Amino acid sequence: MKVWNLLIVGAGPAGLNAAIAAAGEGLKVKIIDEFNRIGGRLLGQLHQEPNGEWWNGIDVANRLHEKAITLGVKIESGVSVYDLEQSEFGWKVYTSEGMEKTEKLLLATGATEVPTPIPGWTIPGVMSIGAAQVMGNVHRVKPGNTCVIIGANVLSIAIANELRLCGVEVKEIVISQPNSSLTHSGTPEKVMESLLQLTHLAPSVLLRQAGRVAKYIHPSLAVKFYPKNGMNILDIPIKIKTAATEIIGDKKVKGVKTVNIRSNGEIIPNTERITEADFVCIAGGLAPLPELAALTSCEFKFVHELGGHIPLHSERMETNEPNLFVAGNITGVESAKVAMAQGTVAGLTIASEIKGNKKHSDSAIEEALLTVRKEREEALIQFQPNIARARELIYQQFELDWKAESPKRSIS
Amino acid sequence: MRMRVDHHPVLGKQTDRKQVTIFFNGKPYDAYEGDTIASAMMAQGVYALRQHEVSGNARGVYCNIGHCYECRVKVEDRKVVRACLTTVYHGMEIDSLSGFSEGNE
Ligand SMILES: Cc1cc2nc3c(=O)[nH]c(=O)nc-3n(C[C@H](O)[C@H](O)[C@H](O)COP(=O)(O)OP(=O)(O)OC[C@H]3O[C@@H](n4cnc5c(N)ncnc54)[C@H](O)[C@@H]3O)c2cc1C
Ligand code: FES
Repeated sequence: MKVWNLLIVGAGPAGLNAAIAAAGEGLKVKIIDEFNRIGGRLLGQLHQEPNGEWWNGIDVANRLHEKAITLGVKIESGVSVYDLEQSEFGWKVYTSEGMEKTEKLLLATGATEVPTPIPGWTIPGVMSIGAAQVMGNVHRVKPGNTCVIIGANVLSIAIANELRLCGVEVKEIVISQPNSSLTHSGTPEKVMESLLQLTHLAPSVLLRQAGRVAKYIHPSLAVKFYPKNGMNILDIPIKIKTAATEIIGDKKVKGVKTVNIRSNGEIIPNTERITEADFVCIAGGLAPLPELAALTSCEFKFVHELGGHIPLHSERMETNEPNLFVAGNITGVESAKVAMAQGTVAGLTIASEIKGNKKHSDSAIEEALLTVRKEREEALIQFQPNIARARELIYQQFELDWKAESPKRSIS
Repeated sequence: MRMRVDHHPVLGKQTDRKQVTIFFNGKPYDAYEGDTIASAMMAQGVYALRQHEVSGNARGVYCNIGHCYECRVKVEDRKVVRACLTTVYHGMEIDSLSGFSEGNE
């Protein structure tokens, strides 16, 4: 049985670019992905860049896919990886189609959506916001003609517009009930705060303007004057003072029950209303998907800015586990361009370990690291504030824990 | 009901895909090559893919990318798969998993 130089789990932007970089240095590389198409979450993405051009994830994915194939990368889709085992040559990787052997293993499994359950959320026709994005943009199927979105954040606002382009009427974006024990999404004030912080480069002109205003006014004031009936962005009402209390329907969803709430989340009595919809989306935000790393003795850390628990790693994408690397959203939720740049870093780092030509590779890696920083700075969509700072702390922690002679200390 | 986005203002036209027939709980449905079971059924307005084991309540697609396992269905009377990751083919037979009603456990 063949032993690969590098096996990559995940054919998203990070995995594909890592494969391209490593194969470019002469490594024998294989990528495994469980989705039925290549490109990961790139496939659903469709944003307008500030210069007016569209970021069409399907085109980007196709380009990366072709490039990887040209470089001799073997890519398998529709195959799931469910277990890992360290061995004398590197790793044994157990998949739904049998076992694979590899010297180096890169986990580029991306992110997952955080559910915010509310009563009725399991009724057919209720789905995550990303599910609707993939249905519409990737499979070209409208989940229905009308929809309500529960959860106001950068992703849900961007996808609301994408659904509109698919011909869906998004009736309203509301927030999920702040005081429910099931959800930990915030009060209108918290929602406003995070929307304003994240919007300096947001995917719509209006949000960008709101971001500019936010420099001068406090979120509590902004939310106080926020209209009860919501503000329209591209004809879609965003109602951060309306909260969903229940999704109704039996064999199929019928609509959403909502109430009006005050800035602090208090329900205003006698304001209950039902908005009918063919389908309902829940947008609870994104978190890294690190399950496979958790099967190893890789150290983990919880970092709010990066979306949750992440495998501790160096800026060069090494983990403390020998021959195990990570890249992309598994290391923290960011946009696809950052994931691509991280993939290149990981691919080059791995090639350098295998080839042992440190001098040649160090300068290439340094250059790739600069690209990561640049993409991070210029990112159109930032999922949380203060990402760059949180990243620095992680890299320092890794150096302290695993590189320095001194005993372990904690930074944050 | 047919919910295809054949024409998209940015992504363009998608009209040249090959049609296939799949069977869901014994009934024939049109689908396209490249569809997942989940997308093919949703395009036909079928949202409920299975029944919850205990309550018997209807369940369907939630995440659409393989993470939540809400969309489990049985293919060819044998294998349980995630409908949102599994590509259709002509003649595919798909069945809902039903609740553990009495005498059925
Ligand atoms: C639902 C959703 C919508 C998003 N929408 C946007 C957006 O509109 N704009 C934006 O900038 N960012 C978006 N993101 C963020 C997105 O994660 C990044 O933009 C980028 O795609 C991350 O790249 P990646 O390569 O790290 O992971 P991904 O692109 O997520 O790719 C990871 C791949 O790994 C595969 N995989 C995971 N586990 C396994 C396993 N065990 N076995 C086999 N394969 C596995 C998955 O099938 C997937 O294809 C979205 C994320 C999600 C989850
Ligand atoms: S819908 Fe979540 S796994 Fe298929």
